[in-house]
Amino acid sequence: MQFISDNSDLLWSAFLTTLSLAVLSGLVALVLGTVLAAMRVSPMLPLRGLATFFVETFRNTPLTVVFFFLVFGIVQLDLQFPSRFTAAVAALGLYTSAFVCEAVRSGINAVPPGQAEAARALGLGFGQTLTTVVLPQAFRTVVPPLGNVWIALAKNTSIAAGFATTELTAALQRLTNVNGNQILLVFAVIIAAYLVITLPSAWAIRVIERKVAIVR
Amino acid sequence: MSVTSAATGEPLVELSGVNKWFGELHVLQDVDLTIARGEVVVVIGPSGSGKSTLCRTINRLESIDQGRITIDGTPLPEEGKALAALRSDVGMVFQSFNLFAHKTILENVTLGPVKVRGKSKAEAEARARELLDRVGVGHQADKVPAQLSGGQQQRVAIARALAMDPKVMLFDEPTSALDPEMINEVLEVMTSLARDGMTMVVVTHEMGFARRAANRVVFMDAGRVVESSDPETFFTAPSSDRAKDFLSKILNH
Ligand SMILES: Nc1ncnc2c1ncn2[C@@H]1O[C@H](COP(=O)(O)OP(=O)(O)OP(=O)(O)O)[C@@H](O)[C@H]1O
Ligand SMILES: [Mg+2]
Repeated sequence: MQFISDNSDLLWSAFLTTLSLAVLSGLVALVLGTVLAAMRVSPMLPLRGLATFFVETFRNTPLTVVFFFLVFGIVQLDLQFPSRFTAAVAALGLYTSAFVCEAVRSGINAVPPGQAEAARALGLGFGQTLTTVVLPQAFRTVVPPLGNVWIALAKNTSIAAGFATTELTAALQRLTNVNGNQILLVFAVIIAAYLVITLPSAWAIRVIERKVAIVR
Repeated sequence: MSVTSAATGEPLVELSGVNKWFGELHVLQDVDLTIARGEVVVVIGPSGSGKSTLCRTINRLESIDQGRITIDGTPLPEEGKALAALRSDVGMVFQSFNLFAHKTILENVTLGPVKVRGKSKAEAEARARELLDRVGVGHQADKVPAQLSGGQQQRVAIARALAMDPKVMLFDEPTSALDPEMINEVLEVMTSLARDGMTMVVVTHEMGFARRAANRVVFMDAGRVVESSDPETFFTAPSSDRAKDFLSKILNH
């Protein structure tokens, strides 16, 4: 236990880094993924095409490759993120938005078409129909799949360890290097830290799901 | 005898030379139909004859391939703001009610006036309560649709459409999804609308309603308007063989 208190600063800041990576890129992914889903169901072909291209690109590219591109690739284009942390948020956010998009889109498709028809018949435009009638109902069915996306994202933050961001997995590497005899304890602490992030969210998701359920 | 106030004769909805295909299927064939202000037109015909499609072209939930549709002199616009504005003047009541499942009854009725007409919430709510009282579900205002019976839901749907002060109302088989004991409560609301001079296009097989409230019955078969006459003539002396055949089938059970 001595070992934990000796390294509490590193562990705590690594935990906060993992948490903020997950939360920030989760927000980016939620917003961007919803916009992409809206584009994919829009009546305008160019928007649909663009969103489909984006989603298929990020869904089918390994996350490590996305990191590589955003950290090293874009330097060729004379671009650079202000920090490795922001690059990591961007990589995780873009990558995850593709999965959010697909989850939200399946939620949109699960809303009976008569709902959107009734909204359009009242004179609501495409955007109003989507934001006031379709999306609020879609999100209700999408809570469980979005929960899975969130847990995957929390774990995917570990890729940032390979790109100079000291989050939990980087701390794990560092601590096991210098404390070979404590290796099991180090693992236990790091895994517990991940669980602290994912377990309460699994619980929160179940609560939200029960709260927002709609009777049909 | 018809209870409807006589239509003024001035055309409100005009379809001319309307053709529509679903792939190979020629679902609307050279349809010409003029509906006068204040007129109540009942559309009947066998299943698959194109009644719903006809109804849905009038607010362009379905687009047409040929021909022209005007409402109050304005041709139906392409998709976009102008179309949305036009739709707000055309009320629609669906077979399956389509109330917004995540909103209360009151919110269902105020959504259009607030979002489309820009009315204040208070004003929209006052009017919504009036309309809900009128269709007899005022005391259900704070429930959600799933808590209401089918007949109540359909009356809310009518109130929702009325809240937009539409120029014309379209009904696509409004009572077909209802248990028999609830059909009348909906038909009564529709009859009172007709009596108040609302312009209505009603797809229905309710012959009692047609006789009571319609100025005209339009009979469709295989995408064509085959017959268009006053209810008395249509039910007692239909001129086409297809209408005779259809009537003998539905009246004999
Ligand atoms: N979106 C669509 N795509 C392809 N075919 C369609 C579509 N909508 C309707 N149809 C077909 O067009 C024809 C006319 O359909 P419509 O719903 O207008 O008939 P209807 O007279 O309302 O019939 P019902 O009494 O069964 O409601 C039918 O053969 C139907 O299968
Ligand atoms: Mg139909």
